[in-house]
Amino acid sequence: MDTVNTHFKWEEATGAAKYIADRHYEGLLEGRFYRSSCPRGRIKSVTLPTLPDGYHIFGADDVPGQNVLPIVEIDWPAFADQEVRFVGQVIYLVVGPDPDVVDELLNEIDVEYAPLEPAYTIEQSKALKDGAIHADDNVLDTHMLHKGDIEAGFAQAATIIEETCSTGYQEHIYLETQGAVCYPQDGKVVLEGSMQCPWYVHHTMAVVLGHDNVRAIQCPTGGGFGGKEDFPDVLAAPLAVAVEKLQQPIRLIFERGEDIATTSKRHPVTFHYKTGVDADGKIVAMDIKFDVNAGAYLSLSGIVLQRSITTATNVYDIPNVRVEGHAWATNTVPTGAFRGFGSPQNCFCMETHIHHVAKQLGADPVAFKQRHFLTAESHSLTGAEIFGDLVLDEMLHKVLDMSDYHRKFNEYTRQDGSQPERRKGIGLAIFQHGCGFAGDLEDTLVRAKVKLLKGSDGNVQILASNTDIGQGLSLTFRKIVADTLDKPLEEIQLAVPDTGIVPDSGPTVASRSILIVGYILEKAAKKLKKSWVEGEDQEITEVYCKPDYHQWDQNTYQGNAYQATSYGANVVEVEVDMATGEADITGAWAVYDIGRAIDSTIFRGQIEGGLVQALGYGSCEKLEITQDGVFAQRSMADYVIPTALDVPAIGSDLVDNPYPYGPNGAKGGGELTHNGGAAAFVAAVENAIGVPLSSIPATPEKVCEALARRSDEPSAQQREGQVKGSGPGNGAPIDED
Amino acid sequence: MKIEFYLNSHLVVVDVDPMQSLLHTLRGTMSHTATKEGCGEGECGACSVLFNDRLVNACMMPISQVQGGDVMTLEGLRQTEKGQCVINALLEAKGVQCGFCTPGMVLALYALLEADPNPTELAIRTAISGNLCRCTGYGMIVEAAKIAAEKGEGLW
Ligand code: FES
Ligand code: FES
Repeated sequence: MDTVNTHFKWEEATGAAKYIADRHYEGLLEGRFYRSSCPRGRIKSVTLPTLPDGYHIFGADDVPGQNVLPIVEIDWPAFADQEVRFVGQVIYLVVGPDPDVVDELLNEIDVEYAPLEPAYTIEQSKALKDGAIHADDNVLDTHMLHKGDIEAGFAQAATIIEETCSTGYQEHIYLETQGAVCYPQDGKVVLEGSMQCPWYVHHTMAVVLGHDNVRAIQCPTGGGFGGKEDFPDVLAAPLAVAVEKLQQPIRLIFERGEDIATTSKRHPVTFHYKTGVDADGKIVAMDIKFDVNAGAYLSLSGIVLQRSITTATNVYDIPNVRVEGHAWATNTVPTGAFRGFGSPQNCFCMETHIHHVAKQLGADPVAFKQRHFLTAESHSLTGAEIFGDLVLDEMLHKVLDMSDYHRKFNEYTRQDGSQPERRKGIGLAIFQHGCGFAGDLEDTLVRAKVKLLKGSDGNVQILASNTDIGQGLSLTFRKIVADTLDKPLEEIQLAVPDTGIVPDSGPTVASRSILIVGYILEKAAKKLKKSWVEGEDQEITEVYCKPDYHQWDQNTYQGNAYQATSYGANVVEVEVDMATGEADITGAWAVYDIGRAIDSTIFRGQIEGGLVQALGYGSCEKLEITQDGVFAQRSMADYVIPTALDVPAIGSDLVDNPYPYGPNGAKGGGELTHNGGAAAFVAAVENAIGVPLSSIPATPEKVCEALARRSDEPSAQQREGQVKGSGPGNGAPIDED
Repeated sequence: MKIEFYLNSHLVVVDVDPMQSLLHTLRGTMSHTATKEGCGEGECGACSVLFNDRLVNACMMPISQVQGGDVMTLEGLRQTEKGQCVINALLEAKGVQCGFCTPGMVLALYALLEADPNPTELAIRTAISGNLCRCTGYGMIVEAAKIAAEKGEGLW
């Protein structure tokens, strides 16, 4: 059995690790997709070229099983058949030995469309031009949630403040593009590639082929961040169909431009808040409505929507709340999983709004937030009691201290005109993240199962389907087992995630690998320790059972929306060039409650990587759709992510708060680290320029626009104080951007 | 067209399209896969190699330009004491996450330390600013440079 990473990351660092594009296969054919150039329409007719010997074209008619990617709904076809719903949608797979000939053949394929009016934005989707893309209203999913009594809440309000906040697309830019090689072996169709969830790929191949003689194997994976959760299915389904017919290996590796243009993205979301504050300055009611741009098919949008709904009030205890969210079908690439899965959008918008409410009330933003923190007595938005100790105040104090926030905030807020061309600012965000699957998926989607195999030599092998995609899982899993068994790390190995070998412990998503799978590995190791017999082969299997306190009703959205919740606080400091709108990030600090880190250095890597990704999300990562339904940014030159020079050294710390149902007290943390950076950055820029911003990315152009909107130089006091609300209805939106 | 050059100090001859990129020659023609392709357009630095002791993006360099020159990739560098020093420092700092940017980073850090054995934080960040990493947030790679400078005292 193949194992990985006995010497942690040694292969990667020496260039010995074989990513999918580094592997050699005898008789390898090259595959390329023929994609839709029409954003929305019916396929009228098709002209296919005459194929030279050894070249093949596969399409919908060649699928022996079901022509679908079975992600959540059966709506996304493996090959477009009668209709196309976005530019870049796969219609054919062309295969042959010479990639240049394959490219020529692609050029000779001619598809005629009967085009329909496309919808790219939520507004266009709502307008239903030329009828609905999906069902009769374009709503792919929707849900509503109530807490308390919203009417009674607003009746207590002395001030009502309304605001719209929005977020844009975000592209993953994992450094390794999507890629897979599929080949026949021992009567099975086997696929190797860059992926997070081998069992998803396995399942997809089984559905399109109509049988289970399939196998999926993860290769070293050059980053995922959610982008390789469901998307590898898009490659796997057509490849499986072709390989079953040809019985020859085929490779499909995306070029960067193709990857940016056609893979899933983070959902753009627009939140509209209506917030009632009583005479005491306390929020008594919130009505939250939001819309998610889901793209052409449902993919994972329903679950993203659920996460945004169930955590809409972030870390705040608001007594009366109504939240309503819709996921809209549009004619763009389906939006999907990206680190945080709906939370970064929600955390940015809610943190920014609360900050603006505080300023409108003339309150100190930090004190205002703190005043509304959840407490041990609170119930979550979904009605659950708070489980475990809340350490929000402790985290807040730590991060304020580390960053010297108060002194700087006071100083920057009083900046006068003496340095008109560069201004400093500092901003804070507090946030949470529900660890593990949303709702009941741990029961309904998968029953996580792991195995430990002990050899007669005393070495122990871990069998699980979770993948190391850079987050260090191959070390943390081994550490959990080694520590429990009290064995040296070298005697614990991890099997390659290969569905021919490992049980289904579920996908590597939602920060569930540590919380759920790590936990059952710890349990399995405890059992093995108890029953350990020297010199014998032993096998232990463990299945996940959720803790008793965890109750959830998927119909009413009541109970514990997540297995556990992790928390964080970020402070970001900037210096803004008032002429160009450019904001240099000069400081960043972060404190987290992730229970207890299994390996604090590994987690530091998550903190820094996640925070920098979030800072990119908030500041420079701009991805826009054009009138033709394609992204305006087509390369890594156009879609800019932070470089080492764009970010400072990050100061970080953890609050120890062990979680009883996680391995050694650990909760999830990898996604959490992306939730707060954008809001903290925008708050810092606002502090510097004295003008509110409500949408990200807050690019230099947007900062300049905001500055231009400001009619004349406001005094320092006005900059932080803003307009005072005076009564119900005094709620002009701050920014409809 | 026949092109002759030194690859990791060995003279090699390839017969390829002169406009083919050095990266393509290394990975495709010569099966030297330590050097990665992240973008193929000179933006990410995953394909960094040394050409005549200068850090270059192999994806942007036509193979014809390499004629007679000296190319060092991670396959060669990892066999040297300095290369191992950088690799060990990256592992110690846990500056390797998915590892896809790492081969390019090793070359970039090596090039930096050769030029400046005691780099400042800013010098390190500047030196790796052409090498994108989406996983680490760079902090631990910067730390690796400091570790390599310290542990490799006298080496650089
Ligand atoms: S592959 Fe050469 S710079 Fe990205
Ligand atoms: S470690 Fe993944 S891109 Fe750098």
